[in-house]
Amino acid sequence: MLEFKLALKNLLGSGLRTWLNVTVLSIAFVIIIFYNGMLDGWNMQATNDTRAWETGAGQFWHPDYNPYDPFTFADSHSKMEEGILALEEKEMATPVLITQATGYPGGRLVNILLKGVSPNQKILSIPSHLLKDNPDDPYYIPAIIGNRMAQNLRLKEGERVLVRWRDANGTFDAREVTITGIFKTTVPTIDAGQIWIPLEKLQELTSMTGEATYAVISPNAADLPEHTKWIYKDDKALLKDLADIMAAKKGSSRVISSLLLAIALLAIFDTQILSIFRRQKEIGTYIALGMTRMRVVRLFTIEGTTHSFLAILVGMAWGMPLLLWIQRNGIPMPANADQAGVAIADKITPYYGGGMIMATVLLVVLSSLIVSYMPTKRISKMKPTDALRGKLV
Amino acid sequence: MNNNVVNLENVTKRFPAGKTEFTALNKINLSFGKGEFAGLVGPSGSGKTTLLNIIGSLDIPTEGKAIVLNKDIGQLSHKEAAALRNFGIGFIFQTYNLLPVYSVFDNVEFALLLQKMPSDKRKKAVMEALEWVGLADRAHSRPSTLSGGECQRVAIARAMVKKPQIVLADEPSANLDSKNSHHIVQTMKRLNQELKTTFIFSTHDEKVMQYLDRIIYLKDGMVEKDEQIITK
Repeated sequence: MLEFKLALKNLLGSGLRTWLNVTVLSIAFVIIIFYNGMLDGWNMQATNDTRAWETGAGQFWHPDYNPYDPFTFADSHSKMEEGILALEEKEMATPVLITQATGYPGGRLVNILLKGVSPNQKILSIPSHLLKDNPDDPYYIPAIIGNRMAQNLRLKEGERVLVRWRDANGTFDAREVTITGIFKTTVPTIDAGQIWIPLEKLQELTSMTGEATYAVISPNAADLPEHTKWIYKDDKALLKDLADIMAAKKGSSRVISSLLLAIALLAIFDTQILSIFRRQKEIGTYIALGMTRMRVVRLFTIEGTTHSFLAILVGMAWGMPLLLWIQRNGIPMPANADQAGVAIADKITPYYGGGMIMATVLLVVLSSLIVSYMPTKRISKMKPTDALRGKLV
Repeated sequence: MNNNVVNLENVTKRFPAGKTEFTALNKINLSFGKGEFAGLVGPSGSGKTTLLNIIGSLDIPTEGKAIVLNKDIGQLSHKEAAALRNFGIGFIFQTYNLLPVYSVFDNVEFALLLQKMPSDKRKKAVMEALEWVGLADRAHSRPSTLSGGECQRVAIARAMVKKPQIVLADEPSANLDSKNSHHIVQTMKRLNQELKTTFIFSTHDEKVMQYLDRIIYLKDGMVEKDEQIITK
């Protein structure tokens, strides 16, 4: 198309002004992709880790269980229903029992959650195999904790800590647990304030034999039981908090992306206004040579929009190696970043999805098309005789 | 039907001037035949450029009829007027109006690109036009590297490359020195004779006037005198 050829010629002929606009827009383009890639990478890592360590493919909850209300923990336990037990037998579900407790590390008092999990389970990434019992000591309770918990309680592997709890009848009891393993996880919700012990041991200690608070379902589980009293929470429901946090992060990223894009687009808009103001004689000449005004509008719009195509090419030229390097090496997160309550790895590996890149390309092209078109509307109102005289419009 | 390429009947053009109107052309009746080399002469504000703009379909008359190449200018749509300018009319401006980022070749080629002429024919036509004006060796130069006379010759090549029936030249020698003025008018005169193109000038340059076959004197938007020059 003639307009594309002419637009490119005009742009390249404008020299430095074009390249300044293109550079600014290419920076915005690359930063938007980087920023979204970071969030997508973090989101993917956090989602995968949360699934692997905490939520599995879904969970069946005791009807009274509400993880946000600790007062429900005392009553939210019962024997699992047959359908869920059948899944457990096939190793497609693993039960977890929760009870509130108090720990006394170094004579201090700390509120904790005692969680019972089967040492043989393979559904969650928690290293439950470290919960090795000592057959010679009937009072021995192996326990594993996350490294955040270990740090907070100043506990090391092999050390003991006194734990006190109430059983199903409301009777207080206390015992020392031995830390047999400290695990490192990016998922703070299975770490902070929690001590994991063997499920059967916890059931015995709390007089809740065969009972559980919830059951985690394996991703390989096929037919899930229907019409159970226990409530099934699917992957989406369990990851809702994470999705909400990510949505909020995406919202703030959109604000930053919009600001960046606005700065770049403002430069194009400004150039377009200036072009139409300065190039009136040229516009008149185009019309005198046989172009319709609409065709001149199209030419100037394409000219402005071509900035975005050039910016994408330039952005790819310098941005692609940089983004790929960042993807290969990851972005190290500051120490204690995981205290934010969301799963954050030591390094975030950005993920540049095809859809996100295409959406960014479309956003840049369409928005530059709009800001390029807006000022050209003046041309359609311009009288060719005035344009030829360079008379202000 | 007649052999005239331009027929103006009672052409009047008024422009708004504050709360009143300014009459730039007042009931002009003129016609131009094929191959004429005519000039509109008169002081500033006499209506020369306005008349050229109407003949060139860049403007329309307020009253009267302007028939150019059998087309009623007042009745043309934007698209039809653009097509008329593209195929039938060439323009030469006082300030050359070359497109600054294009080479000489690109400037001359532009009108043919709009005509969608095939590439090989286009290149041949552009080089031929540049040879007419003696600038074939400057085809790849930018207008900024040319002198005023050379720029105006490029503008002539651009107007002539599509072999239009009419060329409208608005004060083509106003920015040129005496030698260049003679040169470009001689070039146009030669093309007028070779290609039988109708040239209509607006000028008050004596150097241009001496080449004209017909001089139309305008004053206050009216034809004061229409004079045929008999060349020996």
